[in-house]
Amino acid sequence: MRVDSDLLANGLGRPRQEARYHQLKLVAVPVAALVFQVYVPLVIVYLGYLELPLLVVLYYALTRRRQLASLFYGAAVGLLQDALSHNPVGMFGIAKTLTGYFAAAASFRFDVDNPVVRFLLSFFFYFFHQFLYWVLTQALLAQPASFSLQQALMLGLLNGAVAVPLFHVLAKLLGRG
Amino acid sequence: MELFTHRYRNVSVLVAAVLAQLLLLGYQIRSREDVPLVRVWVVTAVTEAASLVESAAAAAADVARNYLWLIGVREENERLRRQLDELKLESQHLRAELARADRAEALRLFQARTPSRTLAARIIGAGPVLNSKVVFVDVGSRHGVEAGMAVITPAGVVGRVRAAYPTSSQVVLLTDPSFAGGVISQRHHVQGTLKGKGVRLCTVDYIQNEEKLEEGEWFYTSGDDRVFPRGLPVGPAVVVRRGRLLKEVLVAPSGLENGLEEVLIVLEGVHQPVPAATAPAASTLRLLPPPPADPLGAEEQGGPTASLETDADRLRERYRRIGEAQGHTFGEGLPGSPPPDFTLEVAPAKPGSPGGAGSPPPAP
Repeated sequence: MRVDSDLLANGLGRPRQEARYHQLKLVAVPVAALVFQVYVPLVIVYLGYLELPLLVVLYYALTRRRQLASLFYGAAVGLLQDALSHNPVGMFGIAKTLTGYFAAAASFRFDVDNPVVRFLLSFFFYFFHQFLYWVLTQALLAQPASFSLQQALMLGLLNGAVAVPLFHVLAKLLGRG
Repeated sequence: MELFTHRYRNVSVLVAAVLAQLLLLGYQIRSREDVPLVRVWVVTAVTEAASLVESAAAAAADVARNYLWLIGVREENERLRRQLDELKLESQHLRAELARADRAEALRLFQARTPSRTLAARIIGAGPVLNSKVVFVDVGSRHGVEAGMAVITPAGVVGRVRAAYPTSSQVVLLTDPSFAGGVISQRHHVQGTLKGKGVRLCTVDYIQNEEKLEEGEWFYTSGDDRVFPRGLPVGPAVVVRRGRLLKEVLVAPSGLENGLEEVLIVLEGVHQPVPAATAPAASTLRLLPPPPADPLGAEEQGGPTASLETDADRLRERYRRIGEAQGHTFGEGLPGSPPPDFTLEVAPAKPGSPGGAGSPPPAP
């Protein structure tokens, strides 16, 4: 645990508990999430609704609590995801850059170790990410993509529910310390 | 200034990162060029990992099936139950193998029969975008696959290759919103553009309301898009309705009906004629047998009211009775002779009294 004296001096109220992770694991986990997203829906279709790369970025941003590190991590994971998609590279990159940045900013304000808060933040940022991606698709690619509010909310709830136990698993995998 | 840069450092970096990616996007969209190096690395790494995962899963399932489930059996009852479970699993496995063998055989026969040169491929991964219909197959540029090639199954069109990497290729399914291709209907030869919607059904656009098209009519590739050879089945029209200017047509892609495991990539396409529509055979119309004779009715034996099925028949029968009651035979009187009195009421024919002709008319 590292207490940031600057932050305390700035009066944001909460001592910052930053997590530090092994570099190799930081690379392996999002790649594993991408492999999961590419391969597992072929076997179990409904698991395609899980946005695991986003949940990994969210976990990193909420626990690392560094906006710059989180935005770069989000950008990297997003660009990897873009490379696997059929859209131009950068769509997921932008969406996850912003999501990582704002999630890290939110981590200053909320008790992100609380499961309820984790659920709500995951739900919110999933919705934010999907909406942002849809806006980018409409604005930059002019593709006839549809945005179903009901579907986004339902999937937000699903991903939020999955995020709570997943964050525990990621804490063990990445080894906070 | 230093305070400013320190204070807004995070936001500045965020804006720079987003702008850099926007520039990258703009470059790709404007120049219609990709960033192939990144895609090649990532796709190769991830699809290889996916192949490894698939192989590992299959091996683990194999070990579990062949070894773990066979040890530790102590009680006879449990052993028998386990054997039964094992037989059930084996049965399911064999059924799956049989289905796979059938599919492989169908694919092989189709590959030998079609004049186009094709390459068999296996689906090894799905796309990472929600609602996008993209899959990865296990053949790539090393096998001669190139972007833009058609992907089909014996059942119909599946999609087209969007990008070919050394060991794998990305295929956009025809249900993806970015997919479009030329199609022609089988019976009325109506041409349109097939477009994906991100759901199970596709639309066929640009068909005028005035053009004739029926539900159930099959669509085939027209060959106009220079991707799919002409004459490949696409699917039947399941919805055909008038729109404001153009018809609204929904097609159920036949190539995706039974799931995707193996596909064919058309390396060199050869146009074929669209198969002629066959009119429904007369024998296919199932007619009900004639109703059984009414045992109580006497007139079904040839009586005059036996076939009174329409108002005209009944009127004709009434006039005949009126004529008989008045001794008048229709068609025999001279011009100017008085006609029968049609205002007289006559009793209707009773069962058992053929024709009822002898019954006198009631007094007016």
